Amino acid sequence: MKNAVVSLLAVLFGLIAGALLMAVTGSNPVTGYTYLFEGGLKSIERIGNTLATATPLIFTGLSVAFAFRTGLFNIGASGQMLFGGFCATFVGLTLDLPKAILVPIVVVVGFVAGALWAFLPGLLKAKFNVHEVVSTIMLNWTAYWVVYNVVPAYLKGSYETESRPLPVNAQLRMGWLSDLFGGSYINLGIFLGVLAVIAIAYIIDRTTLGYEMKAVGFNRHAAEFAGMAVGRNIVLAMVISGGLAGLGGVAQYMGNAINIQIGHLPNQGFDGIAVALLGANNPYGVLLAAVFFGLLYSGRGYMNAMVGIPPEISDTIIAIIIYFAATSILIERLISRLLRKRREKRDANAESGGA
Amino acid sequence: MEHIVEMLGIRKEFPGIVANDNVTLQLRRGEIHALLGENGAGKSTLMGILFGMYQPDAGVIKIRGKETKISNPNVANDLGIGMVHQHFKLVHNFTVTENIILGNEPRKGLLYDTKSAGRRIAELSKQYGLNVDPDAKIEDISVGMQQRVEILKMLYREAEVLIFDEPTAVLTPQEIRDLMDIMKSLKAEGKSIILITHKLKEIKAVADRCTVIRRGKRIGTVDVAATSEAEMAKMMVGRDVSFTVDKAEIEAGETVLRIDSLTVLNNKKVPGLKSFSLEVRRGEIVGIAGVEGNGQTELVEALTGLRKPESGTIWFNGQDITRYPVRRRIESGIAHIPEDRQKRGLVLDYTVEENMILEVYYRQPYARRGLLQRKEIRGHAERIIRDFDVRAGEGAASKARSLSGGNQQKAIIGREVELDPLLLIAVQPTRGLDVGSIEYIHKRLVEQRNKGKAVLLVSLELDEILGLSDRIAVLNNGELIGIVSAAETNENEIGLMMAGIGKEAASR
Amino acid sequence: MWQLISGIFPYAILYTIPLLITALGGLFSERSGVVNIGLEGLMVMGMFSSAFTIIQLQSVVPNLALWIGLLAGMAAGMLFSLLHAFASINLSANQVISGTAINMMAGAITLFLARNITGSGNIRIQRGFTPNEVPVLSDIPILGKLFFTNAYVTTLVILLILVLSSFVLYKTPFGLRLRACGENPQAAEAAGINVRRMRYIGVLISGAFAALGGAVIIVTYSGEFNGSAAGLGFLALAALIFGQWRPFGVLGATFFFGFASTVANVSQVIPELKVIPPVILQTFPYVVTLIALIMFSKSSQAPRAAGEPFDSGKR
Repeated sequence: MKNAVVSLLAVLFGLIAGALLMAVTGSNPVTGYTYLFEGGLKSIERIGNTLATATPLIFTGLSVAFAFRTGLFNIGASGQMLFGGFCATFVGLTLDLPKAILVPIVVVVGFVAGALWAFLPGLLKAKFNVHEVVSTIMLNWTAYWVVYNVVPAYLKGSYETESRPLPVNAQLRMGWLSDLFGGSYINLGIFLGVLAVIAIAYIIDRTTLGYEMKAVGFNRHAAEFAGMAVGRNIVLAMVISGGLAGLGGVAQYMGNAINIQIGHLPNQGFDGIAVALLGANNPYGVLLAAVFFGLLYSGRGYMNAMVGIPPEISDTIIAIIIYFAATSILIERLISRLLRKRREKRDANAESGGA
Repeated sequence: MEHIVEMLGIRKEFPGIVANDNVTLQLRRGEIHALLGENGAGKSTLMGILFGMYQPDAGVIKIRGKETKISNPNVANDLGIGMVHQHFKLVHNFTVTENIILGNEPRKGLLYDTKSAGRRIAELSKQYGLNVDPDAKIEDISVGMQQRVEILKMLYREAEVLIFDEPTAVLTPQEIRDLMDIMKSLKAEGKSIILITHKLKEIKAVADRCTVIRRGKRIGTVDVAATSEAEMAKMMVGRDVSFTVDKAEIEAGETVLRIDSLTVLNNKKVPGLKSFSLEVRRGEIVGIAGVEGNGQTELVEALTGLRKPESGTIWFNGQDITRYPVRRRIESGIAHIPEDRQKRGLVLDYTVEENMILEVYYRQPYARRGLLQRKEIRGHAERIIRDFDVRAGEGAASKARSLSGGNQQKAIIGREVELDPLLLIAVQPTRGLDVGSIEYIHKRLVEQRNKGKAVLLVSLELDEILGLSDRIAVLNNGELIGIVSAAETNENEIGLMMAGIGKEAASR
Repeated sequence: MWQLISGIFPYAILYTIPLLITALGGLFSERSGVVNIGLEGLMVMGMFSSAFTIIQLQSVVPNLALWIGLLAGMAAGMLFSLLHAFASINLSANQVISGTAINMMAGAITLFLARNITGSGNIRIQRGFTPNEVPVLSDIPILGKLFFTNAYVTTLVILLILVLSSFVLYKTPFGLRLRACGENPQAAEAAGINVRRMRYIGVLISGAFAALGGAVIIVTYSGEFNGSAAGLGFLALAALIFGQWRPFGVLGATFFFGFASTVANVSQVIPELKVIPPVILQTFPYVVTLIALIMFSKSSQAPRAAGEPFDSGKR
């Protein structure tokens, strides 16, 4: 409960800071925010796009949150997403199968590729205690360069910097779904995302696997003492985390877009950290946070077009929200001070009234 | 007779607890004044205030008759107050000299000057017989020497008031006697000493007066020579304390644990346990005595599977378990009450019920096909809470963090006993607990032994070992010095063995 | 071969220097006990502030503008790092998360402000420092050709800072106390040192140095702010670990990275190197770092208390 309040307050402070920034640079915050939210919600098509934008964030948010529960910082969601999406795209462009078969295959490929990319940092942490922050960052850039070289060499599209577009059979887009949402690029990814949220929540709360992972995350010494295989849990947590990020890549490059660009480390990887933090590492919190961020991102183009506020305002607001969420103790102190003042006032009233 | 330090009416609160409640302490010049109290009574907090690490919420401090505010350790140092902490405040990869001059460095232009400081340190070391090498790195010297570095720190800053916080936990009986001698020579040179301790013997050996603290309140100040240990204990605890444990004589049964020439490397890749052999039988308590750091940790970790031995074998209940992983040993019937309950024993952020299944969560009935069975888990925890007198605010749903140290320990013991083990390994089971909890835990350990379990007790408190054990094995420097029957030995003999002198020499 | 090496060297140094000063900043921060993975964002902050300052001044005081730009960059970095310092030291926030927030905020705010200024979000300065021959030193056989013929003045400044840093860290009381705060803050506190203040200083230095690193990029080889430091801030972190938290170790590590990256960049133009698939050269620094991390894992000299919030009075 306390977590939810802290997150909401962090969002509030972030929005206020964004408003200040808009005002300071000569724009009207009210119109700014109006257009921002309209941009994401005004029509059924826009709503679809918002959900689609949120989908990779759901996955990367789950990825970071899951790893965090085991005490690991997965800063490599970007690279895992890129590599997962890349491998899935490769398969999608290479195999020619009916959609009902190909789509599940590419989804699995995306998961496995992302999982593989996180396996090495997990192993290094378990065996050599190499800090996963640095190892995952190294792999981020390795993925970047792999894609940079392989896509133009084997998958080149109309430009040097991007791949061929995916055939319809490999895409996550479905005709009826896009029509339902007025032509938006919403796709199967959102359903996968919600399923993932439910699955991860179940694993964390109800299974022995979740119990072990949380124990390792809270206190690996006690976990070791009790006979849990700490190393194996670390690797497993990273692998699942990487797989989730890989699914985010599938959602992004085979649903939201239908090709993959080079020279770009997907932002959603780092945003996943923000989503996980705001969602308090809880799968349902992650879902809510991801949708909210999706809204901020999908509406900013409209806002920019209507009142000229640079789209980076959304990035800024999100970053500030994160800062407040990270320093949540400040908010907690504020809350407890307010509560204490209210209690003191109530006690004073009781004494003067009762006696 | 003037007082060099007066702490009058001191009050200090931390969230949820009043650590010091109107406490008064007066230290006379040139005396050794003991501050006696149970673990958690508030002694360290009081001295933390004197040393400038905390600020009192109320009360007055007078140094040499003048009222002063001690806002940080530097101020305390300037006033001539120095402190040897229970947990040494030394930087591991600095030299002795660098540690001593830290915060007070002699300058040569922009640089700090280790040469002149080193000379002065060597002089002081010689003057007080401390035998410390100024250029050695802290991580390379022994614990006893590290403590003497802490003493040197105070002398280097020309402290007149020296505070010792539980200094003897890490020393052999002989080193304790040496420390007592050092204190007496400091007193002879005009220093005034406050000795924080819960050990009555040491107070009797060296202190002039003693102030007793219980639950944050001052109970009284007595003249040590005129007061018996029993009387001081009664003031400390609030009731009559029995020093002996009720233990009936029973016949030990078959051997369940046989350790054969076990050699285990420590963290420095050097043998911490050397060719150790021991047998433990049903229905007996075997105590492992020794000063901290003499191989006990390596022994326990090798027995429980947390560390791989270099050579040797461990036989348990007819099987060679030397290479078994931790979980398999637990499944074979070994339970372990760990030395550090917060680090190893519990997941503090889990609830009590989640902690109670830490070793068995994957088994029926607590899990079926990978899914946790909440009802059975709750029932298990409630049983332990009831049977082992665990006080927890919200019962099985309380977060482990919210329990007191004593209750955390009782929960751990309950959990381990409920495993119905063949061998129960208890390491420092009563560390940091109040007397009531200590008595309770001792009773349960004896109960397990009476039921026919094998109990291996590792403890740094000699009284505990002597009171509970049937047989005692003594470790020194990783080697087994000897095994004696508890009924036929005494503290002196064990003390000598702990220092490495063999059994035959000890009983001569 | 010699032509190759002496041709590459100036570029390698060019690439190394910003990395070096950034890594030094990280060194001071971690030595004081605060992990700062926001180096990337602080570099971006430095890039933005220096580029912005320079374009304001470059027509008015063309020569001075660059130096003022560097100083402005440092100041901006210091101010921005206060956010990290406050969160990590006063609020005991998780330092990795706080550092990530810094990266995100710096990236976002600078681009936002830049767009307001130039519309495209890129800020280009008219001209930066020009490389020159260093008198006397450039006549030294071999070394002269390698290091002193195409040298930037900023290189000299940064190397000076390196030497000063090493001196301060190991020979002065300040350095002794700083290191104590990173190894055992409880011991430092008991010795009367204000650990919080020390850590603030450590973080502020990291802010200034990392921003300086970004600013140096602008005035030497880039000339343009575009919102990204291309991962150099993270590479600096790797260099810090590789260099085992020692100033001259970091020099070696960053030079190694600089050299490797330069080789990767020019490989396609050089016939001998063309045969190596570019992806190998491009990922070379990262893979090597991973290997180094494994090798150093057992004997790591990381400051023991780095990353742990300081709990005053904890026993």
